Amino acid sequence: MDDKVAIVGVGICKFGELWEQNLRDITLEAGMYAIFDSGVRGADIDGLVIGNMSAGRFTGQEHLGAQAADMGGLGDMPAYSVEAACASGGAAVRQAYMAIKSGEHDVMLVLGTEKMSDVNQSEAMNTISVASDWEYEGMFGATFPALYAMMARRHMKEYGTTEEQLALPTVKNHANAAHNPWAQFQRPVPIEVVMKSGLLADPLRVLHSAPVTDGAAGLVMCRADLAKQYSDTPVYIEASEQRSDTLALHDRESITRMDAVINSTRSALKEANLELTDIDVFELHDSFSIGEIILTEDVGIAKKGGGGKALEEGITEIGGKYPVNTSGGLKARGHPVGATGVAQIVELALQLRGDAEKRQVDGAEKALAVNIGGTGATSIVHILGR
Amino acid sequence: MAEQGVAQVWRRIRTIYNILGNRCTTCNTYYFPPRPVCPKCRRKGQLEDYQFKGLGKIYSFTIVRQAPEDFQRQIPYVIAQVELDEGTRLTAQIVNVNPEDVEIGMRVRACFRKIKAFGSGGVIVYGYKFEPTMKVTGHEG
Repeated sequence: MDDKVAIVGVGICKFGELWEQNLRDITLEAGMYAIFDSGVRGADIDGLVIGNMSAGRFTGQEHLGAQAADMGGLGDMPAYSVEAACASGGAAVRQAYMAIKSGEHDVMLVLGTEKMSDVNQSEAMNTISVASDWEYEGMFGATFPALYAMMARRHMKEYGTTEEQLALPTVKNHANAAHNPWAQFQRPVPIEVVMKSGLLADPLRVLHSAPVTDGAAGLVMCRADLAKQYSDTPVYIEASEQRSDTLALHDRESITRMDAVINSTRSALKEANLELTDIDVFELHDSFSIGEIILTEDVGIAKKGGGGKALEEGITEIGGKYPVNTSGGLKARGHPVGATGVAQIVELALQLRGDAEKRQVDGAEKALAVNIGGTGATSIVHILGR
Repeated sequence: MAEQGVAQVWRRIRTIYNILGNRCTTCNTYYFPPRPVCPKCRRKGQLEDYQFKGLGKIYSFTIVRQAPEDFQRQIPYVIAQVELDEGTRLTAQIVNVNPEDVEIGMRVRACFRKIKAFGSGGVIVYGYKFEPTMKVTGHEG
């Protein structure tokens, strides 16, 4: 048996504040797109896994596995959700990868979903805070932006990162999202606007932060030896790695790097037998712009402290040596937390298939996604190839 | 059943009123909050209670400008990671200082304050915040 795992279908709903749709609507939409894209029949699917961080708090609904199987008319099959905060989507992809690789499942539907705009801002902030250490960070007044702000301030002190550099991921990612019809913000934003946007937690501003987003994304994954019967352009998962770090940011030796990202990226490259220079396109978890700067360093695109400079030099733009967040990233595509990890894989699969239209990286053959949970307590890395 | 927050806060009173953590006597590492297992030594670890002195310096900080309801009356407020003299870091508010004057490396000491209330009329959480160490206390430097 060929033990590789293929992605034969991708789907995503238009991200945004979707007041007219509820959780089941957006989840169904992404799942149906993925199934139609794959050419798989409903009867071929033998399992469903869904990434979700906190539907119970955001919408009052849990038990999303059964809900998705029910709404999709998929009937009697194993279906369950997995949670790893903002890395829930990546965790769902990895669960399906392992389930198929083990031989237990042949064809699976993988979903990621989050409906965040049904609650007010205060409740949304509290819910996001539980991705960090609620009892010893959140309850003492450390909001999620505050934790990333403390990383940013240390990064500025240790490496001289500037406020201009902090604004660059936003500018780049909005420019990319202008070509992504599924993105929440499909328009460029000038650097002056980013730098004058309201402060959330100094030095982080509103436009350094991913928005509140409703969205869902889906994949059909299967055994590689079945892939060609469903798709002419299957994409293969060449590595799936996951690592953990301390839940609380203050327990880390350094807050200007994420060891779980460094370790999971190294392991994934080793597993795929690739060097970083072999990777043509990246999706890096930019819940805050400082996050993209740190991850640019931690995956090895820039040396430590050089993330801001790499952005200045345009290395991570489309057309640069290491394009990052061609989709617009979490900042501009939007960040429905449980959907993000799946949406990253959707973007990279489109890139490898040559279906990314105006944001296409020419001839992309290998792609790498980093999906993190909390402030880096979970890191899930996938490498895809065609 | 407890009112929201009551049991959750009550069971931590000793810890957060006193900054009571623990110390692994095998590797001499200090932990706050107290850890059930020393992650460095695991089963070889020996943990004993430790009362932190409450002195340290600011490792990083931010001024929070947008906060959820329970903290809205306090904004703008300073949140910092304080590196305690024992080497452990924790997250706390910095008070008794103009937010614009806070800087990395500033010496601080613990003080006992109201942290927040659970909604309106809910249980009040008390615990540690930190303030700049003044010269008169002899704790400078």
